[in-house]
Amino acid sequence: MISKRIVLHFPDRLVDQPIVYKLVKEFDLQFNILKAFVTPQEEGLMVLELTGKRENFDQGVEYLQSCGVRIQSLSQDVVRNEKKCTNCGVCVPICPTEALVVDPQTRKVLFNNKKCIACELCVKICPPRAMEVHF
Amino acid sequence: MKTIKEINEKIRKGEVVVVTVEEVIDLVQKKGAKKAAQEVDVVTTGTFGPMCSSGAYFNIGHSKPRIKVGGGTCTFNDVPAYTGFAAVDVYLGATALPDDDPRNKIYPGEFKYGGAHVIQELVAGKDVRLEASAYGTDCYPRKKIETLINIKDLNEAVLFNMRNAYQNYNVAVNLSDKTIYTYMGMLKSNLGNANYCSAGQLSPLLKDPEYRQIGIGTKIFLGGGIGYIAWQGTQHNPQVARKENGIPQAPSGTLAVIGDLKQMKPEWLVGTSMLGYGVTLIVGIGVPIPILDEETLSRAAAKDEDIYTQIVDYSQNYPQCVGSSLGEVNYAQLKTGKIVIKGKEIATGNLSSYSRAREISEELKLWIKKGDFLLTEPVAKLPGKESGYTFKMLKERPIIKKEE
Repeated sequence: MISKRIVLHFPDRLVDQPIVYKLVKEFDLQFNILKAFVTPQEEGLMVLELTGKRENFDQGVEYLQSCGVRIQSLSQDVVRNEKKCTNCGVCVPICPTEALVVDPQTRKVLFNNKKCIACELCVKICPPRAMEVHF
Repeated sequence: MKTIKEINEKIRKGEVVVVTVEEVIDLVQKKGAKKAAQEVDVVTTGTFGPMCSSGAYFNIGHSKPRIKVGGGTCTFNDVPAYTGFAAVDVYLGATALPDDDPRNKIYPGEFKYGGAHVIQELVAGKDVRLEASAYGTDCYPRKKIETLINIKDLNEAVLFNMRNAYQNYNVAVNLSDKTIYTYMGMLKSNLGNANYCSAGQLSPLLKDPEYRQIGIGTKIFLGGGIGYIAWQGTQHNPQVARKENGIPQAPSGTLAVIGDLKQMKPEWLVGTSMLGYGVTLIVGIGVPIPILDEETLSRAAAKDEDIYTQIVDYSQNYPQCVGSSLGEVNYAQLKTGKIVIKGKEIATGNLSSYSRAREISEELKLWIKKGDFLLTEPVAKLPGKESGYTFKMLKERPIIKKEE
């Protein structure tokens, strides 16, 4: 079993297709929608957590790509602008998944983007606006 | 007993012993305060936090034909500056916002750009768009100007902050059942988080708690350049309760500082946006403390666990000026990342960067070691407890209209 978070970009022609349904039905994958922007006649964007057997996961991703869906792994989603970050740490108690923590020695803020669920709370509250969303 | 003159002589000769706060804490633990005071000449401090009462004044130079911006309007990248001076002197405040900023109309407002950002861009050497209008006079006929300006072309660009480097600050929490947006950051409902804002053991005024060495005229690290303490800061209040070590247990002393903006650096003056609150400037300040006696050294070596502050509710207590502290914690507790309030464990976050404060204390140490930075004798004392100087709330009085 594996569990991965991925970002799907799908072209406007696919927005009205039951794509996620097929992932469940044909590839036996569990999904958790973390975020979705789906508007008719526009490119759609969805952040999914997919869980299932590895071969099913790979086949599911292959299926998505064959439909014309562009896939990104989520770790590229929220990015810290190292030049802007002052390492204050006010984001730390706001982060729901402890993806942001203070190193007790250096007192610098560590960002573990594998733990990030892209809720974007830190993006809004960061005083120097160092947390950026990249799709 | 040493004198500042003797310390400066050692700086000139390259023989000075200068250590950061963190190093002096270690030294006292190893050798004791008496021995450490004999060895050490200077202790360097640092702080790097948002400081709203900051700003800069400029003399923009005279255009041809001349314009009297004084009494007119002036904006930098659409951010308005104060013009109530002579023809081409203006003051730009850190929290100033463009007229068309939506502020909190779409709550919580984002406050993406303001005076603090303009100051940072100027310091970074970027061109900034200046627009000014005037009413026109016989000697200053021009009524409008639009031009790009650059800090290097301005006659003067001076950072002048009326309140910086707060000696201690509150821990902010939210007792209400909805999220609030404050100058202490976003505070989640029902004690969701606890935000503080101090470099703790590194913070300048906490290391000379009764203002024995730091005074008016003291030369400091300011925004990556050299500055001076101009006066006590606004809201300076030496009267708050103190522990036996002399350290105030709540926000107390403050500094007004001044320095040439042209030699400062954008890493140490950072434009900042507080969600739902406004724009502010993060200012880097470092103050050297001359170790003239053992007492001064002991004070400078105070540790995070020796420095206490108050937990304040920002949903009701702070805005309505009611109620009292929810409890007292020290900075060592705050730095563990968790504190307990009303039996609940709460995650803490600092608005003030400890790691950057540490860098400031190291940078200032380097300047002194290299002989580039001599210490100054204060020209006057900051008001201490004995002065009676205090902080008052505004007493509102009705305005009674006189009948004609």
